[in-house]
Amino acid sequence: MSSLSLAAVSGRRLKARRAGVGVTRPGFVWAVPATVFFLLFAILPLVLVAVLSFTSWDGITSPHFNGLANWTKLIHDPVMTQSIWLTLVLTVLGVVTQTPISILLGVWAAGYQRNRAVLSAIFFVPLLLSATAVSVVWRALLDPNFGMPGQLPWLFGDGNLLGSQTGSIGVLTFVGMWQFTPLHTLLYQGGARAIPQVLYQAAAIDGAGTVRQFFHITLPQLRNTAITSMILMVVGGLTTFDTVLILTQGGPGTDTTVSAYYMYQQSFKNFDFGAGSAIALVLVVVATLISLAVVRFSGYDKMRSTAEGV
Amino acid sequence: MRQRPNYLAGLGSLIWLALVGLPLYVLLVATLRTTSNYSTQGPLSFPSQLTLSNYLNAFSNGFGQDFLNTLIVTVSVVGIVLVVVPPLAYAIVRAQGRTITVVFRVFLLGLAIPAQAVIVPMFYVISQAGLYDHLIGVILPTAAFSLPVCTLVLTGTMRDITPELYEAMAMDGASPRRVFIQLVLPLSKSGLSSIVVFSALQAWNGFLFPLILTQSESTKVITLGLYNFQTEHGVDVPGLLSAVVLSMLPIFIVYLFARRALVQGLMGVGGK
Repeated sequence: MSSLSLAAVSGRRLKARRAGVGVTRPGFVWAVPATVFFLLFAILPLVLVAVLSFTSWDGITSPHFNGLANWTKLIHDPVMTQSIWLTLVLTVLGVVTQTPISILLGVWAAGYQRNRAVLSAIFFVPLLLSATAVSVVWRALLDPNFGMPGQLPWLFGDGNLLGSQTGSIGVLTFVGMWQFTPLHTLLYQGGARAIPQVLYQAAAIDGAGTVRQFFHITLPQLRNTAITSMILMVVGGLTTFDTVLILTQGGPGTDTTVSAYYMYQQSFKNFDFGAGSAIALVLVVVATLISLAVVRFSGYDKMRSTAEGV
Repeated sequence: MRQRPNYLAGLGSLIWLALVGLPLYVLLVATLRTTSNYSTQGPLSFPSQLTLSNYLNAFSNGFGQDFLNTLIVTVSVVGIVLVVVPPLAYAIVRAQGRTITVVFRVFLLGLAIPAQAVIVPMFYVISQAGLYDHLIGVILPTAAFSLPVCTLVLTGTMRDITPELYEAMAMDGASPRRVFIQLVLPLSKSGLSSIVVFSALQAWNGFLFPLILTQSESTKVITLGLYNFQTEHGVDVPGLLSAVVLSMLPIFIVYLFARRALVQGLMGVGGK
């Protein structure tokens, strides 16, 4: 930690207490500004979203209660049902495509050869771009007339990838992968560097090859990293919005109208903020349940100190 | 790790390099060619002549104003975070009692709240407060939403300070305020730089709050500028892409000179 840290003597504290020297501690007042601010701008809206989902509100006049009208409307709305499916499909595709690549890249980048450091620095660049910038760049690159498809027909077929549902879902998955793999690679790189070398030495003495070492040591040791990484992927996947807004606008038709985008459309395009809030509430509940389940499951909340890796 | 070269892994990483590098190459080269050259020769060719006119045009298209707005938002968000988070983290690590545990749980729960999910009520709250279409209306929610991660990172750093040091200060009869200023802040430098970078990135790249909570030219931020540019002059790809390059330039400069701090800030939740 620092040159200041004294030798830890466990009995010290007790002795100090007995000697009547209380350790000076801050009061709750230190937490008040941040807490009030957070309650106002994060928790209050969260409560309001639940309230607004039982109202009809056009964004201009005052909201008024309409009971379960929004909910019954949504249950019978095929676009809503489809949007939930699409959201889940994109989330699963995101986890399935990004996880193997980021594990492999991360473990590889954990090596200390010079060329790896240089390459890692380049791999990292997509992360510096905002989601908006990433989507704008890919939209230009994938343009059937002026983008890459015109020059690489063997790769893109007829070139109009965003003209079909399959193509659009493929593009959204690919762009998500391009954008977020670096982040997860970083996580796995940190995780891989924290694995004790002794394990590999022991395995090598027992005659295990590189591949066996990877499956029997590296992967099991990366379990906690994988949990963290997947939480991020799932919450990110459930709230996919920027890429959809810029690349597909939910189209063709409603073929890529994911829940977050549908919520935006209902609220800020159709001015049906009640329905928008109901969709948002579904998102919050799902995201929270998944996060809580994973936190419970992994003991993340018991993290008393930031251990190396994750 | 192993010292033998691993050819298969090397090959895989080269494939990934192509996937990452090709779009970046196209992005850079496209900004240096004329619009007509881009549409006739395509994005992959190397242009016969290079020009800087796209970058100059970006500024005459009001990009300078967007840049300034984004800078105001970013600096304000970082300022708010630096004022409220360190005392909060200090209280979480050192204060005793149930209340503070509850507060910490609330912030942990905040990690799971997606901004998309509260954007409708946020619009309501900001409109009611008369902050719609003002930069302050973007700054407050953006700062609030970077609090959970920043709190988690900083409490992690502060937990690593050994109790003996606190006891030594207590022996000297130091007040909590003096302990905070003389001991906690100096020893939390790494965590502080992480939260600065993280909140600055969030603010710089933020899109959803500005999209919903502002509408005028005078309050437009960079990301919104990119989005509008695409919907309005989508054909001028080189112009659009040069705005993209300009928008990431400050982050890229930080990346070149303070890579560690940036990486730590980016990893936020991911620990160290």
